[in-house]
Amino acid sequence: MAYSVKVLDHYENPRNVGSFAKDDEGVATGMVGAPACGDVMKLQIKVGKGGVIEDAKFKTYGCGSAIASSSLVTEWVKGKTIEQALDIKNTQIADELALPPVKIHCSILAEDAIKAAVADYRKRHGEAAAG
Amino acid sequence: MPVAPASRLMSGREPLDLSTDFFSLFALPRSFRLAAAQLDRAYVELQASVHPDRFAAADDSARRLAMQWSTRVNEAYQTLKKPLARAKYLLHLAAHDVADENNTLMPADFLIEQLEWREAVAEARAAGDHHELEHMHHRLQRELSSRYDELGDLFDERQDFVEAADRVRRLMFIEKLLADLDEAMAACDA
Repeated sequence: MAYSVKVLDHYENPRNVGSFAKDDEGVATGMVGAPACGDVMKLQIKVGKGGVIEDAKFKTYGCGSAIASSSLVTEWVKGKTIEQALDIKNTQIADELALPPVKIHCSILAEDAIKAAVADYRKRHGEAAAG
Repeated sequence: MPVAPASRLMSGREPLDLSTDFFSLFALPRSFRLAAAQLDRAYVELQASVHPDRFAAADDSARRLAMQWSTRVNEAYQTLKKPLARAKYLLHLAAHDVADENNTLMPADFLIEQLEWREAVAEARAAGDHHELEHMHHRLQRELSSRYDELGDLFDERQDFVEAADRVRRLMFIEKLLADLDEAMAACDA
C-alpha cells in the first residue's frame, strides 16, 4: 500500500519523538495500544499555567500511519488547552494524512492517546489545575 | 452449499456441510486444548479426500466444489493450528467480540511493559547484540507458553469468555513482539 506524502513526511521526519520524565511538573502520559496490529503508542503532554499544553512528545511502535498520526497530534496539541486538545477527532487526523480506510484505526489510536493523556493529567493535577 | 454433490465427492464419508464449524469439520471437540497430532492426522485425511488433483478428470462443477472444499479445509487447519487464531475463533463461535479494532485502552502497566520490550528489542537490534535478542526470545517463549496454558483454563474449564478475550488482546501484542524479535534476529544474522 502506498503511503501519502504527508504520512511519509511524518514517518521519515517524525516530530517530537521522545519522553519527558513522567513525574515532572505538568507532565501527563497517555498509553494506548491497538491489539489488531500490536501497535503501542505513548503520548506525553506538558501542561503549563491555565491548562495550556506547552510541549508534547511521543513514542510509537507500529506502522508508518501510526507513527505519522502520533507525530501529527504532538504538533496539533501544542498551544491548545487540554479542553481544546480533546476536540481533535480521528477524522481530522485521517483527513490531514489522507489515511486509507484500513488505516483509520491508527488515527483512532492517536485520538485515544490524547484522551488518555488528558485523563492522566486530570487524575494527577485535577483540582490544582482547575483553580 | 448443496450437500449432495459434496457427499458424492467425499465418496462414502458423512456428507459435509460447508457451514459447519472448523472443529466439527475435523471431528474434534470444540476446545482450546487440542492434540496437535490428532489435528494433523484429520487434516491430512480430509485434504487427501478433497484434493483437486483427485478431480482432474471430473466435470467442472465437481472440480469447483473440490477446490472450495480444499480451500475451506486449509483455512480450518490454519485457524486451529495456531493457538492465537484458535482462541480468536473460539471467541467468534461463542459470539464474543474480541474488540481488537476499537479497544485501545489496555491496562497502562501492560502497555508500558510492551513499550519497554519494544525499546529493548530496538536497542539490541541496533547494537547487533544477537545474544541479547536470543535471550529475550527465550523469555518471551516461556511467557507465551504460560499465557496459553492460562487460556486453556479460561476456555476449557471456566468458560470465561470475558477474561479469555482480555488475554487474547494481550497475546496479540506479544505475538507481534515475537515477530519483531524474529525479524531483528534475522537482520542480525544477515
